[in-house]
Amino acid sequence: MRNKTLRLFAALLALAMVAAACGGGDDDGGGTASGEAPSFDEPVEIDYWLWDANQQPFYEQCAADFTANVQPNITVKVEQFGWGDYWTGLTAAFASESAPDVFTDHLARYPEFVESGVLVSLNDFVDRDGVDVNQYFPGLAELWTSPDGDRFGLPKDFDTIAMVTNTDMLADAGITIEDFASAEWNPQDGGTWGELIQRLTIDANGVRGNEDGFDPSNVAVYGFGLEGAFGAFGQTTFSSFAASNGYVATDEPWANEANFGDAELAETIQFFADWIEAGYVTPIEDVESLGGTTIFQEGGAATQTNGSWMISTLSGDATTVPVAYAPLPVGPIGERRSMFNGLADSITTSAENPDAAWEWVKYMASPACQEVIGEGAVVFPAIPSATKIAQDAHNANGVDVSAFTVHVDDGTTFLFPINDSASRVEDAVGPVMQQILRGEGTAADLLPAAAEEVNSILGG
Amino acid sequence: MTAATTKNVASNKTNLSGGWPVAFWFLLPSLIGFTLFFFLPTLRGFYLSFTDWNLLANDGEFTGLENYRTLAEDDKFYDSMLTTLWYVVLNIGSQTILAIMIAVMMDRLTNSTTIRSILLLPWLMPNVVVALLWLWMLDGNFGVVNAFIEWLPLGWLFGDGPFRFFQDAGKVIPAIAAINTWKFTGYTALLIFAGLQTIPKTVYEAAAMDGATELQMFRRITLPLMRPVLALVLVLTIVGSFQVFDIVQVATGGFGGQPGGPVNASRVIYLYIFQNAINFNDLGYAAAISVVLVIILLGVTAVQMRLLRAGESDLA
Repeated sequence: MRNKTLRLFAALLALAMVAAACGGGDDDGGGTASGEAPSFDEPVEIDYWLWDANQQPFYEQCAADFTANVQPNITVKVEQFGWGDYWTGLTAAFASESAPDVFTDHLARYPEFVESGVLVSLNDFVDRDGVDVNQYFPGLAELWTSPDGDRFGLPKDFDTIAMVTNTDMLADAGITIEDFASAEWNPQDGGTWGELIQRLTIDANGVRGNEDGFDPSNVAVYGFGLEGAFGAFGQTTFSSFAASNGYVATDEPWANEANFGDAELAETIQFFADWIEAGYVTPIEDVESLGGTTIFQEGGAATQTNGSWMISTLSGDATTVPVAYAPLPVGPIGERRSMFNGLADSITTSAENPDAAWEWVKYMASPACQEVIGEGAVVFPAIPSATKIAQDAHNANGVDVSAFTVHVDDGTTFLFPINDSASRVEDAVGPVMQQILRGEGTAADLLPAAAEEVNSILGG
Repeated sequence: MTAATTKNVASNKTNLSGGWPVAFWFLLPSLIGFTLFFFLPTLRGFYLSFTDWNLLANDGEFTGLENYRTLAEDDKFYDSMLTTLWYVVLNIGSQTILAIMIAVMMDRLTNSTTIRSILLLPWLMPNVVVALLWLWMLDGNFGVVNAFIEWLPLGWLFGDGPFRFFQDAGKVIPAIAAINTWKFTGYTALLIFAGLQTIPKTVYEAAAMDGATELQMFRRITLPLMRPVLALVLVLTIVGSFQVFDIVQVATGGFGGQPGGPVNASRVIYLYIFQNAINFNDLGYAAAISVVLVIILLGVTAVQMRLLRAGESDLA
């Protein structure tokens, strides 16, 4: 009898489990815009996530303005998480159906969210409210459109890459920032850019990299510092050099194959591996353990490449290294190239009130909020007039940021290679880059196999 | 008096034979915990391994054995199993030998509870703290361990430094094994020590009378008599060792590295499961690897129990 009770109990528990296992995902969320703009009579709270702590105060300002001037019944709670925790936290939040209503989205990540069906298409909202997607820098809005024509984000800012130099070290070597601005690079001998880097390298005995007796095994200051591990796309590291050597990662956004086997890429990666070996570029082991920007800021490297979002960190009050920026060197194709990357705000299917979430996204993508962000002088907003404000704010602080914006003015940018499996591609290529930069194999030998793996990931 | 005693015994007997309801209520709290947090998730994981469940969408289709077929041809899976095995050999080898030495010394030399407590200190530290601590100490640029090796100098033994333990594909697994050995040796030693205490002191006295040396006593008395305890300890520590994750995730990630690096040299099986589930959102595949891992661990445990005859003791 009691055994029967127990069995019944166990059976009930098992049933409950099956129900729990199969029952998930009953709410497919996702609101679509109805014919006319709704009014918000009841108080609504929007959860908004971002990762950049430097921008948090300005988005909090935007949120306050939004509630005060636009939608009195919608309040926005701004939450910030560091870059690493942000994506793990977001994944966990999606899995537990507690994701924020709106979050700052990245081009490398959003296609995987789209594939998983957790983002709300903004097409109906954009059409209904007549949002002008041409008010942004050309190309930025289209980055957020999937091959199906669905729009999953409204642009908030853009970033480009430039050379970052330690002006004290430049002065010691008798180099001016203009020398870097007019430098040329090639993957064979480094070009005039390479000569500058060699002159800036100093070994423990004070011998410079271009002088006789230079000891590459005992370097005190490297001429060029890698910003970080290369990864697959090398936004802040190799991408500008490879692109100015004629390399194109993918022929089109959302491509089913990539070009990791191209000779232009192999030459570029091999150049850095050789120059690490020769003592002019920071060893990848040091970069992995300390971080490239830390090495630069501690005076271990005279220059680096970095993104425009780092300007306030590199030129901020807390830095000890005096910094000047130069455009990237001109490569073998006769032009410079900077990756043109942009962030946007996306609405999740977890949003309880997509209409209210849209109002907030629309506000952040409007001049009213982007001008506030521009005044903060942390990033370049997606709207040109707001970026002008950011430039003026930087100039007022005595920081010349034209090295970053010149790429946009001259049209020497290329877009982030959007693809639907960025994390798998990173996992396939990242370790191979680590191997090449450690000198454990040549780029020409190792990259083709990685290319094959990437193509099977993208094609599959 | 006699009658009362008899009656008590009798009623005790009744209670024992009808003890199920009582036992049930006593077991209920842990049964609920076991069911909710262990049994049901295990069943669900088993179910997920037959689906292409997407972590973000929290949805998936039944795909039958598809995940297992992929797994059978997945080089990364075999690679990470080998990495894990190499780690387990290094970790369990060094940890068990050290723990036995410490336990025997404690048993033969001291009864101090202070020393026993000190042994447990590393075990009390959270894994992430341990990982961060050693990440700094083993760093190639400013780590104290490198300074120590240089100061000793141990160059003739290890070669010329500085050693970048977490950035060198050949050193990263030994380094992680050493960290976990440092963390768990004290705890393992205490388990073995408890087993040693069950060996009657009279056996040692008799051996001493016969003129046996300490080493002989260890080989012919201690080792054989503590076999059942050792078997239990090995099963526990080996299963635990296969599950190494947090130290790898934190220490090899470092400040600018990639967890599991360099060049995937420290991608242990738990990290591979984590990557599939969290980075690639492929919960179904991650579940399939987990199921296979459970089967492997069950096999390893069964073999161990049998080889070490864990059920029998020579003490009887």
